Amino acid sequence: MTDQPTPLVEMKNISIAFGGIHAVEDASIDLYPGEVVALLGHNGAGKSTLIKILSGAYRRDAGDILINGEPAEIKNPRDAKHYGIETIYQTLAVADNVDAAANLYLGRELQTPWGTLDDVAMEANAREVMGRLNPNFKRFKEPVKALSGGQRQSVAIARAILFDARILIMDEPTAALGPQETAQVGDLIKQLKREGIGIFLISHDIHDVFDLADRVFVMKNGQVVGHARTQDVTKDEVLGMIILGKCPPGATPGPGAMVAA
Amino acid sequence: MADTMQTTTTTTPRQAETNPVTRFFRATEVDTRLLGMIAALLIIWVGFHILTDGLFLTPRNLWNLTVQTSSVAVMATGMVLVIVTRNIDLSVGSILGFTGMIMGVMQAQILPELLGFGHPAIWALALLSGLAVGAMVGTLHGVIIAFLGVPSFIVTLGGLLVWRGATWFVTSGQTVAPMDPTFRLMGGGTSGSIGAGWSWVLGLAACAALIAAIVNARRQRKRFAFPRKPVWAEYVIGAIGCLTVLGVVLVANSYYWPTAIARRYAEANSIAWPEGGLLISHGIAVPVLIAIGVGIVMTFIATRLRFGRYVFAIGGNPEAAELAGIKTRWVTVRIFALMGMLAAIAAAISTARLNAATNAQGELDELYTIAAAVIGGTSLSGGMGTIAGAMLGALVMQSLQSGMVLLGIDTPLQRIVVGAVLVLAVWLDTVYRARAK
Repeated sequence: MTDQPTPLVEMKNISIAFGGIHAVEDASIDLYPGEVVALLGHNGAGKSTLIKILSGAYRRDAGDILINGEPAEIKNPRDAKHYGIETIYQTLAVADNVDAAANLYLGRELQTPWGTLDDVAMEANAREVMGRLNPNFKRFKEPVKALSGGQRQSVAIARAILFDARILIMDEPTAALGPQETAQVGDLIKQLKREGIGIFLISHDIHDVFDLADRVFVMKNGQVVGHARTQDVTKDEVLGMIILGKCPPGATPGPGAMVAA
Repeated sequence: MADTMQTTTTTTPRQAETNPVTRFFRATEVDTRLLGMIAALLIIWVGFHILTDGLFLTPRNLWNLTVQTSSVAVMATGMVLVIVTRNIDLSVGSILGFTGMIMGVMQAQILPELLGFGHPAIWALALLSGLAVGAMVGTLHGVIIAFLGVPSFIVTLGGLLVWRGATWFVTSGQTVAPMDPTFRLMGGGTSGSIGAGWSWVLGLAACAALIAAIVNARRQRKRFAFPRKPVWAEYVIGAIGCLTVLGVVLVANSYYWPTAIARRYAEANSIAWPEGGLLISHGIAVPVLIAIGVGIVMTFIATRLRFGRYVFAIGGNPEAAELAGIKTRWVTVRIFALMGMLAAIAAAISTARLNAATNAQGELDELYTIAAAVIGGTSLSGGMGTIAGAMLGALVMQSLQSGMVLLGIDTPLQRIVVGAVLVLAVWLDTVYRARAK
């Protein structure tokens, strides 16, 4: 896949600092259509920060973002959405007190010709999308607060695909879920991949994502240790990258790789 | 309705297990919280009625009660949106005083000089200037809160002092009176009421609108084949709604003009004075109509417009709202601007009622407004609240106060009771919410 001409997303030499602390330093990652890329690293390795630059939550200090080979200006979440970038956050960023349909359309509500909310149409679409994702979902009238973790997660994912996301960012997508719900999300990722959507999976737990991902990028102390195709490396080798920053032969080393003594 | 047969409900299997009361509430989709408030209100009313030996539930007292409630009720509708977004506005009483004074000076001093005394446009221009000033003050608060990051508690605490002081400076502390005769209609009274005929017309129109809304909602849900309420539930809600509206009209129409005013009116229009006295109905008072109108518009804004959806989403999860691309800061500014305008509307009602603009107008009103919203089920932790609940809350507060006045309870004790009731109401609400989960 890596020999395709233009990557969907290319983040080049990105740096960001918070009050003197370099959260991300000179990091470069890329993503191709229909590809699942896992971004791995310890808590505090900078992976969430890096991806929040892509989703518009943070603004980079240095570096370039290219979408389909073209330089992209991403200053806020609205800009990111213009480029078809949708994010599903670790904290399940849903408004707890409104119902599923309202959450799916939050920020992009359907309106009637009179400028009022078209709740009925939104609910109809919500029922259709949710029916495809999670046929058991029936609680359309209740605030999202009343739903289980998996149901809330499917609301968050439905929200992203409802708006034809081309690039999907999932931050610890299964952290809040049970085994069965995790499997559901896995199936969902495979389905989205078939539709040609590029997906970034962010996790600190390699077991969550190794089988789903085509490639892995590993970060440590704000720098990229290296990246590799999952078929070229073993889980243990990737673990070595995460813990020690040691780059195995099957991987391409980055600026954060431990220099062999 | 032809669709009687195909009625479906989502909760059919669950319904079988529950008792008839639960089933009734589920089928009608009535907000049980709101129902509890109405029950509490009725208990207060009946209690005072018994304690005062039948003075409370009279057309006269109920009519006055609604008029006295309207000013705080208008502000409470805006306070809901403020509190839903996890903010607070402590300055509404002072904005009321300031905008009231502006409107007073406009109609009593500035506009008569410019346009001539008694010019028919004076009342409207005075009102518009008050609304504009209220909106500007609110916008200023909103901008400081949203863009400069000063907590709303502090900004509006400052506003409480600033605008009260500004009120004094408008006339160096002098009371402005009298108000323009047309402007005074907004305050109620014998002339500030619409009379029996128009009250019935409005009541019937409201019933028609209610039925149309129910039918339309049902048709919409049918179009998309969503689960619908059982038909009997729709009938029950429609019937209760219409009966309430017509009951209010009946009560308002049963309060007649005071004999002295009716006699003067009879003499002026050369009507022969009948044996049992001339009975002229007040009908619904203009300030009450204003409050109801504001309530309807605010409910529409809160539930049918994007702006309202954003207000609640921000209250539920500010971060999620921001990440969803909502311009949360502008929403905050607009909420406070709206609050400022509502305070100006309340100021118009209260200056018109008093027939004067004074320095002390609206003092402590911010606290009654917040209390009304909170008693009405607005959660201080954000995200929850209804306009109707807040207006009912205002009615509860005013009922307590006027009941205690009828009982001859001293002002200090009145305050103690109102304060205690506020705490009690919020505690009961906490218990209810904990159990409802």
